[in-house]
Amino acid sequence: MSSASTSAPSPSHEIGNVACPFCGLTCDDLVVARDGGRLCVRANGCPISVSAFEQASLPRDAEPRVGGRAATLPEAAAEAARLLRGARQPLFAGLATDVAGARAAGRLADRCGGVLDHMNSPAVLRNILVLQDGGWMTTTLSEVRNRADLLVVAGSDITRRFPRFFERCIANRETLFGTDRRCEVVFVGSDVPEGLTLPGPAPAAIPCAPARLPEAFGLLRALVAGRAVQAREVAGVPLPVWMELAGRMRSARYGVVAWAAADLDFPHADLAVQAICELVMDLNRTTRFSGLPLGGSDGDITSDNVHVWQTGYGFRTSFGCGFPEADAYLYSAPRLLEGGEADVLVWISSFDPTRGPPRSTVPTVVLGRAGMALDREPEVFVPVGTPGIDHAGHLFRTDRVVTLPLRRLRDSALPSVAQVLDAIEAAL
Amino acid sequence: MLLKLKGGRLYDPAHAVAGQVRDVYVRGDRIVPPPGARQRIDREYDLTGRIVMPGAIDIHTHIGGGKVNLARAMLPEDHRADPVARAELTRASSGHAAPGTFAAGYRYATMGYTTCFEPAILPVNARQAHLEMGDTPIVDKGGYAMLGSDDFLLRLLAAGEEQAVINDYVAWTLHATRCIGIKVVNPGGISAFKFNQRKLDLDERHVYYQVTPRDIVRVLARAVDDLGVPHPLHVHASNLGVPGNLATTLDTMRAAEGLPIHLTHIQFHSYGTEGDRKFSSGAARVAEAINRQPNVSCDVGQIMFGQTVTASGDTMAQYRNVPHGHPRKAVIMDIECDAGCGVVPFRYRDKNFVNALQWAVGLEIFLLVSDPWRVFLTTDHPNGAPFTSYPELIRLLMDRSFRNERLALIQPDARAMTTLGTIDREYSLYEIAILTRAAPARILGLSDRGHLGPGAAADITVYRDQPDRERMFAAPEYVFKDGELVARNGTIVGVTWGRFHTVAPGFDRGIERRLQSYFERFHTIRAENFRIAEEEMLAFGHGAGVVTHPCRR
Repeated sequence: MSSASTSAPSPSHEIGNVACPFCGLTCDDLVVARDGGRLCVRANGCPISVSAFEQASLPRDAEPRVGGRAATLPEAAAEAARLLRGARQPLFAGLATDVAGARAAGRLADRCGGVLDHMNSPAVLRNILVLQDGGWMTTTLSEVRNRADLLVVAGSDITRRFPRFFERCIANRETLFGTDRRCEVVFVGSDVPEGLTLPGPAPAAIPCAPARLPEAFGLLRALVAGRAVQAREVAGVPLPVWMELAGRMRSARYGVVAWAAADLDFPHADLAVQAICELVMDLNRTTRFSGLPLGGSDGDITSDNVHVWQTGYGFRTSFGCGFPEADAYLYSAPRLLEGGEADVLVWISSFDPTRGPPRSTVPTVVLGRAGMALDREPEVFVPVGTPGIDHAGHLFRTDRVVTLPLRRLRDSALPSVAQVLDAIEAAL
Repeated sequence: MLLKLKGGRLYDPAHAVAGQVRDVYVRGDRIVPPPGARQRIDREYDLTGRIVMPGAIDIHTHIGGGKVNLARAMLPEDHRADPVARAELTRASSGHAAPGTFAAGYRYATMGYTTCFEPAILPVNARQAHLEMGDTPIVDKGGYAMLGSDDFLLRLLAAGEEQAVINDYVAWTLHATRCIGIKVVNPGGISAFKFNQRKLDLDERHVYYQVTPRDIVRVLARAVDDLGVPHPLHVHASNLGVPGNLATTLDTMRAAEGLPIHLTHIQFHSYGTEGDRKFSSGAARVAEAINRQPNVSCDVGQIMFGQTVTASGDTMAQYRNVPHGHPRKAVIMDIECDAGCGVVPFRYRDKNFVNALQWAVGLEIFLLVSDPWRVFLTTDHPNGAPFTSYPELIRLLMDRSFRNERLALIQPDARAMTTLGTIDREYSLYEIAILTRAAPARILGLSDRGHLGPGAAADITVYRDQPDRERMFAAPEYVFKDGELVARNGTIVGVTWGRFHTVAPGFDRGIERRLQSYFERFHTIRAENFRIAEEEMLAFGHGAGVVTHPCRR
């Protein structure tokens, strides 16, 4: 069946078991109908996938441009190579691509002595800093689907970024271990998403400001450890509410705390992640409890994984010294652009046409999903195909473990990010 | 292109060649018989006085997959201390205990290793493992798929399904994951940990499925044998690291009921409870049991002193190790009703009683197992030490005075509890060639690797014969991979992409319907997307391709 990924698709057809690359859940049960270049999600869609697949009619502006004028791919690659040859610190950013694109970006950045940074790295780094400092105990989607009897959600409604999470992992009645599964759900620092109905008890919400999550989870940790607490109210919530939650956590058999680092958008949010992870570690002294970091959208986990296995480092890595060197502050793309330290920007964004390059005056090469809206015409623009629509590929899911094969769903002349980067490298 | 490697002293145990002076001819990527006198030799290497061996094969090294990459991600300090600069032919990378794939491939090649096997591929993580191995240059590679804590198998066992059904599932797994062998890690224990069971002895029941680790070992060893998979069931036994686990290890050997069984990193499973500290060496008894049972093989998992990181599927054991971590951090993961993983950085110290004794236990096993075809040279990279410590380990095995000098430095109570100082044995070059070439090829069913006969892949390592065996094995003079010169005196001079090695036993396709419905009901990925297609393997390995080795049946 996976031969469908390379063989030319027939013009009109319904395709099953399609993996969706547009959020970190990478649901692979979609049914997509194709009519020529148009795609339509027939089953198991969500707001994100329906809009992303269905806007994907083949664009008219599928030609590369150099200085705003139509050009061939070799001409665009030659111009990009010319810019890179003259650059002292080229920045490869965005990095929203699949495994092959990440491999090619790593190779080119290494060759040019450039810097790698992802459009989502502020969120990704909130987790990575915790991983590098103390580590964590985590779980994956199928484990949650079968085992979780308590889900605590920290600082996110989840559904906005991961629309099918509850349907796929919490609402199922049947699990490996029975047919009447009921998972309790408690939102901390977020409202219950509208319309969320689950077979178990109604989801509860503990309203606290997201920026106070470190305090809340620090307190829960103290309570779980049986420490005496003097305060009557913590993070704006009366102590008995927290005591009740701590009790539920202790008595869960397989509890899970989920967070979406992208939603923890406040200063030093990594400390909230760390407080959660330390609490989870402690709970495992007596029961089983796991963290569930939700991310992976725009290929962020994919790019991170690839660069880590190739070089030992993820985002914000420079090859300027000849060897890889990572620094979350020094090699941040926004900082390098604002401070004028980067002299060429290669912006890679193959999933979401609204995520164009950041404003800057630096000469810019854009490998963008066809139809991308741009604030200014870049020096070079190459429209690229979307992995999982225009070409086959691979994408890592939120849990960093599962890699889904993405299929080519239609005939398209759009090159992949990997093809364009390879062409630029060949032109160097 | 015809190469002549002239006048070297060959160590080719597969053909019982022990240091005889012979010429080796290479055409393309293969070793060929001596050509006729009129054949033009395109390139000749004068290897007079040199030692010539097949390329080395590592049967157990964690070089690719989720837990290895978590280890990399969590150890920037390991990478900062060991940067690898870009060179004309080679990519930038980094890392000592958890090297990047490029660093790993280059280092293996400069050490004369040409094939490596990742021993713990979670089926659901097989794509990542192959992608990482695909990005590991030069060396050939393959992997063992982990079963035994996956809910599908445990359900089959709990339901008392026939062996034939289990065989189909095992064969399907090999096929779907593109692996060459089957491994079981703490049989049932990774699953039991998800049910909050913290210990699982060989005959203890899994709290939910009510099956025992012994059942799992027996059934999987049987499946591997029934399917004719060349590599015996690769077993990471129960109770890793626990004082007294020696008894479990001896029982696990018997659990195979005479079928082939490979006990991996056996050093970590050879501990007694004697002495004031209730921790002692069980090496003599384990070695005696191996010597007595020809169906049993092992690799050692030697520890070497210094900083490393432990990465294992054994969440139960790794959770226990969290307080011993250095630096103090850990990742423990439950994974997809399939297995789990645990990563804990470690520093083994020669002045620490336990670590010093672990070091001695490993060496005792090497020296007390009499058949070099059944004991394999590993550090369980990076769990006992990074693979870059192999040259030092080889010297410890070959050079008794060096070994005794090192022994004099370890923690004195540990020194008093090991018989190592009384063991005179020194490994010969021929035996080292068995441990690191001929035996790995044989136990994996690689008929065209690990030897220098005509038809073999031209993976050849040429050493200068130096009395300091550590120096000798650290940087061979020439390393050929598939006939191409890839390394010279410790420097990469050619970069290739190695192939994947797999097996594909036949099975009744009926199991696929069952798995399809299982995945749809319980998983968050479809069986169809779980299975890796051959063309994916091509892309993962930069086009180098896949070798499928025959099964006995």
